[in-house]
Amino acid sequence: MSRRSDNTKLTAPPRWRAHFVLGLFGVFAVVLAARAFDLQVLDQAFLAKEGDKRHLRTVSVPAGRGVIKDRNGEPLALSAPTESVWAVPGAVLEAPEKLALLARQLNMSVADLRKRLENYKSRQFLYLRRQLAPADARAVMAVDAPGIFLQREYKRYYPAGEAAAQIVGMTNIDGRGQEGLELDRDAYLHGEPGSRRVVKDRVGRVVEDLAEFNPPQAGHDLRLTIDSRMQYLAYRHIKSAVIKNDAKGGMVVMLDPATGELRAVASYPSFNPNDRGSIDASGVRARAATDVMEPGSTVKPLLLSQALDSGLYDTDDVIHTKGWFMVGRLTVKDFRNYGDVDFAKILQKSSNVGAAHVGLEMGSENVWKGYKEFGFGDITGSGFPGERFGVLNDFYEWNKVETATASYGYGMAVTAFQLIRAYGAIADDGMLRSLRLVQGDGANMHSPPERVLKPETARTMRHLLEGVVSPAGTATRAAIPGYRVAGKTGTARKAGSGGYNENRHQALFVGMAPAEKPALVTLVMLDEPKKDAYYGGAVAAPVFAAVMRDALRLLRVPPDNPGVLTASAGESSGTGT
Amino acid sequence: MTRQLLTIATLSLAILVSAVAVVQAKHKTREMAHELQLERVERDKLSTEWAQLQLEESAWANPDRVAQVARRELSMVQPRNYVVLESQR
Repeated sequence: MSRRSDNTKLTAPPRWRAHFVLGLFGVFAVVLAARAFDLQVLDQAFLAKEGDKRHLRTVSVPAGRGVIKDRNGEPLALSAPTESVWAVPGAVLEAPEKLALLARQLNMSVADLRKRLENYKSRQFLYLRRQLAPADARAVMAVDAPGIFLQREYKRYYPAGEAAAQIVGMTNIDGRGQEGLELDRDAYLHGEPGSRRVVKDRVGRVVEDLAEFNPPQAGHDLRLTIDSRMQYLAYRHIKSAVIKNDAKGGMVVMLDPATGELRAVASYPSFNPNDRGSIDASGVRARAATDVMEPGSTVKPLLLSQALDSGLYDTDDVIHTKGWFMVGRLTVKDFRNYGDVDFAKILQKSSNVGAAHVGLEMGSENVWKGYKEFGFGDITGSGFPGERFGVLNDFYEWNKVETATASYGYGMAVTAFQLIRAYGAIADDGMLRSLRLVQGDGANMHSPPERVLKPETARTMRHLLEGVVSPAGTATRAAIPGYRVAGKTGTARKAGSGGYNENRHQALFVGMAPAEKPALVTLVMLDEPKKDAYYGGAVAAPVFAAVMRDALRLLRVPPDNPGVLTASAGESSGTGT
Repeated sequence: MTRQLLTIATLSLAILVSAVAVVQAKHKTREMAHELQLERVERDKLSTEWAQLQLEESAWANPDRVAQVARRELSMVQPRNYVVLESQR
């Protein structure tokens, strides 16, 4: 600065410069204000949206499918999270050096991987591998290849495998029910994933939850009445019996008569629900609910107990038979001439002639009503999808021939569920109960139990049925050491397109134990056993004995046939109950 | 006049303090939201593990396997003839 004499020398700057600068500032200010107005007012909505785009994220909240459990809480169907690897093909191809390692982690060859990526280059989404175990998925991500992402998916596992496959059913790869209860209760089991709006910071951490929250609807758990140990037992025995007898198929159904709850519903052939590739259509049907059969001789106890209950007959009454008799054009035949028979003997020897006499004496209406009361042709309440009602024609269509054949179980069709339900009434002192497969949910929708027999009639019938299993009966091989067993055999010829087929049979046995107060009712059916013996007593009864023996032990049912195996211990040893 | 100035000064100060407090509270929320998210991830991880453990358990406890171990490794047999002792308790 010079404050000397040259002060005067300096000419004052022209005024216009100051004005110019000031004007410039003014223009700047106006531009800034305009820009601010533009951003804050005009473009505000657009910019806010852009900001949200960079920081606001919708994250999905997964909701798993409900678990299907057995009565003890053991899982029968369970969803476990898996990771599916997907790719943006173009992005992956930009890092060719990672391909080899990536292919190895994906368990594919490099050539295959490259080919797939090239083929779908134009796409933005390509599944490389679905439903990997989480650990394997992490290994894939560790390769750090560009354009590779994970997607959480649930995979359904079936711990009981083929043993309970038809009842539990299965889902498809997208987690929706396909078969069995998985299909029937799909809406109940299925979970609806929810979503949450969050603010994420630059490095992807969630820093704020916004109020916008769409809660996930978790799937409900379904608890069955099935006992998986008994289910497994039943499956194992029916499987080996079908193979041993070279049969077309078979099933075992077990029922707790006091509650109407099904404890096991097993059939063979089956399928492995954990392996979709192996499924054969014939194994998928739940035969016990969807297949109808002629009950054959297994209806005799139902007919005779109705005859006793109505007071028309007494157990001491004797019916004269001579091994055959004619009803119209029909000849009713017995295996052998049993002469004078009482009810005990009709059941013990499974006399068609005896049963037909009783049926004709009762009359068509009462025979029909008797079966109807036992729930034939009616829903069982199991609620199983595709359950059939069977066929029980109205009695006014029956003449003497139909009445006679109906008396020994021909000319009608029932499901295994209907048949075991009727036997449940004999076991439970005359109370016919709705069958149950699922616990809890919808329990009040079941109709209340109905009395179909007087308690003493049911007890008498159980006692008579013990004769079937006695050494003189048709089902000696159904006997279980230590227990009193009541049951009935049945052998039905299968009806084909050209009437009955002489060589195709269904062998049946329905029984209960202990006879005094049955803890279990079990039905065994073998479809077309091809070995020489096809009678229910020869084929189905041994399966019954094997399954029941193990099941009664599982349930810790004390033996009721004292003297055979029981001894009273003076002091309790280490065996405690 | 001074009184008015004092009021303005106090209020300005209060505004400043509350502004800082707002920033701090916001920061705290974000920290806690992050923590919550971590817990959610943890829960997710645990439920994954739980499902896998259940599966593992049911694989080990599969009746087929149990029967095999009992027969082969432990040489157990099913009793054919047995006596039931009733304990008096």
